[in-house]
Amino acid sequence: MEKDKELIPHLFRTEYSKITAVLGKFFGFEHIEIAEDIVSDTFMLAAETWGQKGLPDNAVAWLYAVAKNKAKDYLKRNQLFSDKIAAAVAYNSPETYEIEIDLSGKNITDSQLQMMFAICNPVIPAEAQIGLSLRILCGFGIEEIADAFLTNKETINKRLFRAKEKLRAEQVKIEFPGKDEVTSRLNTVLTTLYLLFNEGYYSLSQNVPLRKNLCLEAMRLTYLLVGNEATNQPAVNALLALMCFHSSRFEARLGQHGESVLYEEQDTSLWDDELIARGQYYLNKASVGNIISKYHVEAAIAYWHTTKPADKWEHILQLYNTLLILEYSPIAALNRTYALSQTIGKGAAIIEAEKLGLNGNYLYHCLMGYLYSEVENTSAVANFETALKLTKAQADKAKIRKYISDLKK
Amino acid sequence: MNEFSLIFRNEQNPDVQFSPEQMQDILKQWRDWMGGMAAQNKLSNPGNRLGFEGAVVRKNNMVTDGPYAEIKEMISGYIIVKTETLEEAIELAKGCPVFNAGGCVEVRSIIPMAVCEGTVS
Repeated sequence: MEKDKELIPHLFRTEYSKITAVLGKFFGFEHIEIAEDIVSDTFMLAAETWGQKGLPDNAVAWLYAVAKNKAKDYLKRNQLFSDKIAAAVAYNSPETYEIEIDLSGKNITDSQLQMMFAICNPVIPAEAQIGLSLRILCGFGIEEIADAFLTNKETINKRLFRAKEKLRAEQVKIEFPGKDEVTSRLNTVLTTLYLLFNEGYYSLSQNVPLRKNLCLEAMRLTYLLVGNEATNQPAVNALLALMCFHSSRFEARLGQHGESVLYEEQDTSLWDDELIARGQYYLNKASVGNIISKYHVEAAIAYWHTTKPADKWEHILQLYNTLLILEYSPIAALNRTYALSQTIGKGAAIIEAEKLGLNGNYLYHCLMGYLYSEVENTSAVANFETALKLTKAQADKAKIRKYISDLKK
Repeated sequence: MNEFSLIFRNEQNPDVQFSPEQMQDILKQWRDWMGGMAAQNKLSNPGNRLGFEGAVVRKNNMVTDGPYAEIKEMISGYIIVKTETLEEAIELAKGCPVFNAGGCVEVRSIIPMAVCEGTVS
C-alpha cells in the first residue's frame, strides 16, 4: 500500500497530461473544461478504488479505459451537447457517430504536440501560456502553479479562465501548424518553454522540488519537439542543450535554504557530468544550418560555464556581446558586465556597469556590491543595502546581510 | 527614442594585410564596443561592414570603379543606434575603434521613410 501511495501522484503527473491532451484535442478548446473534468473524475475514482482494492495490474490501461468510458458516457448523456460536438468532430473526421478516443502512444504524443502549438499562441500573454502549459501539458495543480508564480490560487484560476476564453474567442484549433508555418509558430513555443524553464531555474520560490519539476517538465516538452521530425530544428536542439547545461548546475547553485549560490562560490563537484555531456550532444546537433538563434548563443555561454580553462571568460564575454546584439535583456547586460570584470578587472567593469541604466534593479545592485567589494567597500555596502530593500526573498536577504557584515569586518 | 546612424570613414588600403592575431584583436575591439552599446540597450541595428569591391554609377550610365579615386576616406561601415538626443549618440561614437585606424565617425539623424510626406501607403 505504501508503494501505491507513492505511485499515484507520479501516475497523476505523467498520465494526467497525456489523457488531457488527447481528450482536449477531442473536445477542442470550446469544451476543454469537460476534458479536464473527465480526467479529474478518472483520477478521483482511481484514488478511491485503488485505495480500497489496491493497484490494478495495469494501472495505466485502467486509467485509459475509465477515461474513455467517461468521455463516451458524457457524450451520450448530454445529447444536446453531443450534437454540437459531433458536428465539430465531423468537421475533422468523416465518421461522425463512431466515437473513438485513441489513447495510443503515437496519438498521445501527437495530441501533446498539437496542444503545445495551440496553447503557445501569441493571442494570449506569455504568463497565461506558461500557466496553461503547466496545467494542461504538465498536469500541475492550481496550487503548485500559484506557488511557482509566487501568487495565489484565485489569480491563477482567473488567469487560466481568461486564457481559455480568449483561445475560444479566437477559435484557436488544436492542430499541428502547416509546413510553411512550423518554424514561425515554433518560435512562440520555444519562447514559452524557455520561460517555463527559467520560471523553475530563476524563481524566487523556495519550493526547490517544485522548481526542479518545472525545469524537468520544460525539458520533457522540448524533448517531445526534438523527437518529432518537423520540429527537430537546430534552435530546438540548442534550447535543449541550454536546459541540460543549466540543469547540470541546479544542485550547485542552490544553497541549503533555497538561496542562490554565486557562480564563483559553487561546489563544482556538484555539477552533473551526465547532463553536461547531454548538453554537448544536443549543442552538436544544433550546430547545423546557418541561423544562429539566441538559444545557440545562450547554450554556448552555458557550455563555457561548465568548463574550467583560463580564457573561458573571454569566450563568455564575446558570446554575451553577440547575444546582446541579437536581443537586449537586462540580465544579459548584467552578466556581460560580470564577464568584463573577469577579463579586464572590477574597476573597468564598474565604469561600464554605470552606463547600463539599471539603477533600481535588484540584480544590478547585487552586481555593483560585488564589483565594489575590496575596491571601495563603502560603495559595496551601499549597493548591497539598496539590493536588500529591493528583494522579497528571505533566503536572498539573509545572504546579502552576510555580505554586508563581512564587508564591515 | 530617436535613431542615429554612425557612419565609419577611414583611409583604406586593400593591399594592407593584417596577421590573424591583428585581425582577431581588431574584431574584439569592435565586438566589445558594440556589445557595450547593446548592453545599454542603445544598439538598434548592428549594421554592416562595407567591402572594397564596388562601383559608382552616374547619370547617363556612367560607371566608375569604386569611390577610391575621389575620396581619401571611404565609408567602411555603419551601425544604427537609438538614443534620445544627438549628444548621446555622439557620446557613444567617442568609443569607436575606427579612431585606432585613423578614421572618423559621422553621426547622422535618421528620418524614417514611412513618415515622409507623400509616401504611398
